[in-house]
Amino acid sequence: MMLSRLLRSFLTIHCRRSYTVLTGQQHKSTDSNQYNGQLYPTHIPTNPVQKALLAVGSGVAALQNPYRHDMVAVLGETTGHQALIKLRDRMRNDPEGYTILIERPRIRLSTLDLTQMSALPDGSLGREYLRFLEENRVTPDSRADVKFVDNEELAYVMQRYREVHDLLHTLLGMPTNMLGEVAVKWFEAAQTGLPMCILGATLGPIRLSVSSLQLLLQSLGPWALRSGGRARCVLNIFYERRWEQNLDELRQELNIDPPPLSIFQNRKSTS
Amino acid sequence: MATSIRTLVLRVVGDSTRNIHHVLGSRVKHSFCNAGITVCRGYSDGKSTHFGFETVPEEDKAERVYKVFESVAKKYDVMNDAMSLGIHRLWKDTLLHIMNPQPGLRLLDTAGGTGDISFRFLEYTHSMYDRQQRQRARSNQTPSWQDLAGHYKTDEAAPSQSRAVVYDINKEMLKVGKQKAEKAGIGTGLSWVMGDAEELPFDDDQFDIYTIAFGIRNVTHIEQALQEAFRVLKPGGRFLCLEFSKVSNPLLERLYDTYSFQMIPVLGEVIAGDWKSYQYLVESIRKFPDQETFKEMIEGAGFFCVQYFNLTGGIVAIHSGFKL
Repeated sequence: MMLSRLLRSFLTIHCRRSYTVLTGQQHKSTDSNQYNGQLYPTHIPTNPVQKALLAVGSGVAALQNPYRHDMVAVLGETTGHQALIKLRDRMRNDPEGYTILIERPRIRLSTLDLTQMSALPDGSLGREYLRFLEENRVTPDSRADVKFVDNEELAYVMQRYREVHDLLHTLLGMPTNMLGEVAVKWFEAAQTGLPMCILGATLGPIRLSVSSLQLLLQSLGPWALRSGGRARCVLNIFYERRWEQNLDELRQELNIDPPPLSIFQNRKSTS
Repeated sequence: MATSIRTLVLRVVGDSTRNIHHVLGSRVKHSFCNAGITVCRGYSDGKSTHFGFETVPEEDKAERVYKVFESVAKKYDVMNDAMSLGIHRLWKDTLLHIMNPQPGLRLLDTAGGTGDISFRFLEYTHSMYDRQQRQRARSNQTPSWQDLAGHYKTDEAAPSQSRAVVYDINKEMLKVGKQKAEKAGIGTGLSWVMGDAEELPFDDDQFDIYTIAFGIRNVTHIEQALQEAFRVLKPGGRFLCLEFSKVSNPLLERLYDTYSFQMIPVLGEVIAGDWKSYQYLVESIRKFPDQETFKEMIEGAGFFCVQYFNLTGGIVAIHSGFKL
């Protein structure tokens, strides 16, 4: 009799607790930033059910409309937990990567000294990066903030990965058209193992024209995969301190082969 | 993505200074609390209210609500359909049936936003007018010349007499509503006014019907909105409010809560790219008074014969009152 009563109360407490966990967000209403378990300013805590729904929903939305970068971002955040842990460990094991994890640099227009960078010699990382931003009319500030990663350090790794993306374009010499983006995605998939990159790498080619697809499969693709697998982790480079470094020298240091000569180079040489 | 760097630098500088003000503001408040000094000192009269489950100063609530609807305006109707699985259309249709407006009345559709209630109102009165005309024609098979002349005179007047004013505080919502009206070809009898529900820019005794559908829970001072509603209604005018309310059945309540807090912000993120606004929406529903309390508030503003109708198990309630 006592045992069954004990069991029943244990079950109700357990059920009530799990129910509160599920709908926990609704019961706290104090006036502070951390009222619902926020770990960083843009954090939105979610439970596994919500993450699964977000992953499925954002996947469908991103496939339907590839211009919804926020959906691609959400998909990456909700599916990338394991890959982010591996990336973070790689960063910890590298001295430069470790420094990045401690100092947490952010690549934003407000942190870049544009006048100084444009005065750098041609062929340097800073000058080429600036040229890339201007030619393709993109800005590092358009990267979405990380929202759904439930660990503060992993959220930074994700944010760093997003902000390094444009630098990757510069390093690989790929423009921002569809073929260039797919090539960069193949490199990223080989390097990071993020499910979102792998998905993008497999589904991206679908939207390519036949000639672009040929280029991808024959030369760009294998080069990207090879470089991605062999290269040092691109998140381990403290780019903000290497603006003066020569681009080719940096590529050699990172073990990235220079891009196979193709029609893309014509765009760059007309600047 | 396709903006030049130079314009972006200016925007970034603007953004960062705005962020600094916000951070400073919240930090100052926090340090006041820490020192044991109440928040009241140094701020206005220190009154605070709820913004969902957050507590905010009263002056801030209106602005924050404005930002919510500014960001969701374009996807507002799509989200309504997705969140309620289309049932919100039935709720609004029921409101019109309870209203049962005769042709020739003036409607003030407060928090009318994208115009759903006003469009239904005009459609309803127009079809009722047509029906009345047909009945008149049927019962009047052999009209005299005088009757016919009389009909010609009144023919154009009656439909345009039904007039709806869509009144909302948010410019973006009104913009979306206007576009909808243009696309649907509804023009006559519709006007669009921007303003606050707590301070209506209309004279006393102007309208036959006042509706506020899914808007009153966003108002900072609900009693004031009710008093204004009382003021602008003609004697004999009707107040109607369609709003989320308390579910009576506990099982349904748990299902509804789970659905609200698990699914709706996710839908908001995926469809509208805005988790926080829809989190605010489901929280604000919980903060709104229940059916009886709201009924008492309406009676407090001076309305008579106040009653409410529960729809979908109490998820939504229609409150009605008369100015006598």
